Amino acid sequence: MATYSTNEFKSGLKVMLDGDPAVIVENEFVKPGKGQAFSRVKIRNLKTNRVIERTFKSGDTIEAADVMDVEMQYLYNDGEFWHFMNPESYEQLAADKAVVGDNAKWMKEQDVCLLTLFNGVPIAVEPPNTVTLKIVETDPGLKGDTSGGGGKPATLETGAVVRVPLFVQNGETIKVNTRTGEYLSRA
Amino acid sequence: MTNAPASDWRPTATLGVLKLRARMLRDIRTFFAARGVLEVETPMLSQAATPDPALDSFSTTYTGPGAAQGDALYLHTSPEFPMKRLLAAGSGSIYQLCKVFRNGESGRLHNPEFTMLEWYRVDYDHHQLMDEVAALVSAVLVNRLKLGPVERLSYRDAFQLHAGLDPHVASHSEFLDAARAHDIKAPTSMRDPHDLGAWRDLLLTHIVEPHLGRGQLTFLYDFPASQASLARIHPGDPPLAARFELYVNGIELANGFHELGDSAEQRLRFERQLHVRETTGHRKVPLDERLLAALEAGLPDCAGVALGFDRLVMLVAGKASLQDALGFPLDRA
Repeated sequence: MATYSTNEFKSGLKVMLDGDPAVIVENEFVKPGKGQAFSRVKIRNLKTNRVIERTFKSGDTIEAADVMDVEMQYLYNDGEFWHFMNPESYEQLAADKAVVGDNAKWMKEQDVCLLTLFNGVPIAVEPPNTVTLKIVETDPGLKGDTSGGGGKPATLETGAVVRVPLFVQNGETIKVNTRTGEYLSRA
Repeated sequence: MTNAPASDWRPTATLGVLKLRARMLRDIRTFFAARGVLEVETPMLSQAATPDPALDSFSTTYTGPGAAQGDALYLHTSPEFPMKRLLAAGSGSIYQLCKVFRNGESGRLHNPEFTMLEWYRVDYDHHQLMDEVAALVSAVLVNRLKLGPVERLSYRDAFQLHAGLDPHVASHSEFLDAARAHDIKAPTSMRDPHDLGAWRDLLLTHIVEPHLGRGQLTFLYDFPASQASLARIHPGDPPLAARFELYVNGIELANGFHELGDSAEQRLRFERQLHVRETTGHRKVPLDERLLAALEAGLPDCAGVALGFDRLVMLVAGKASLQDALGFPLDRA
């Protein structure tokens, strides 16, 4: 079993906490001038995304988590699972709704996503920062208004709804920032 | 350590802060000159090291004339031992501004190499020295940082006020409850019910300290005898160490003692510390026999204090991290 001691603590380190994989977000060295040293860390549970605080005595160890991030191509959804393929090894993995969560609305076939694997099983799926998607439904908008001022809702091929400028029309493809959900430009 | 990218060559502190450092050093020397306290220098490299289990000395080897096989030398963690030898030799009140070194300490408020202001006042006790520490810090802060009136809080009162327990008598389970009440998840390695010293440090750093010195100088005094270090212990129930710490805005700035002059008692404490080092897997270090001999010859009645100069600069400059007060912290050294 691989372990890390407090001297190895740093943000980004993947560890096991209370049976769940977690990542160190922040590590603070705390020590009275004449006393015991501590590592006071903020840790994010990778399954629940909750951040909790934990204190360790200097020299304490924590179990390493077998967690890695891999880029995989999204293939298709079979109604229950989202299927991904490693473009190099052709290895395939499936993730369910609990893992994909809200990100499902940005998932387009062929796009390369970042999968976080714990013991080889996906626990999180991140779509690309920017995706290019087709508008399947939006109001025609007011003729002659090209300022893009107010904007209007548009439904995309993946089901996501974003605000787009008035001049953008049905059937066009646009670029969207998946982190903020904001329209970036026409593709 | 990996090779740092060359883009790291610049200092982390601004030139403005580095100029402030220089002015503060000048102000400190002016303060002591006006009070007739002598500036001294003592070796950074010594043949002995502190046995304090909470301190880890860097070591190196001297090879050369007189040491063909190489002799171990230790970088001091504070100039305390040789300064006490000067006091015993009749120096009178003295101060020193120097770099000190502590292995294993690095973080927002720690750098393994830092600047310490340490001074000793003959015929002072720790309460008189607290007055002088307040005067010095006020002199350095004047026109730079406005602070409220100086506060003195006993170690016990501070714990009762902020953690809701008496640190001298509380049991293991009471410490545990206090931590839990403040949403502190204690390390599993602290389940040992005999390790109350670590529990006091945990509650002090996590719960009490953040409240100390909010917009003022707060002196914490009357520490548990078990944390006496090199301070005198006043017998009583509980026995209390004649020791104080200074806090400003939740940050520990200084630590002072009414100095222990009893060489037999000092040797006993050193040996106890050596024993703790041995049982907790720390490296064995040679005791400073010259310090013990100086105490035997007679240390004048005195109080001494060490103040972290970089933290003081950080505070005056309004910064949150030590690296903003240092030119080149560890990762750029």
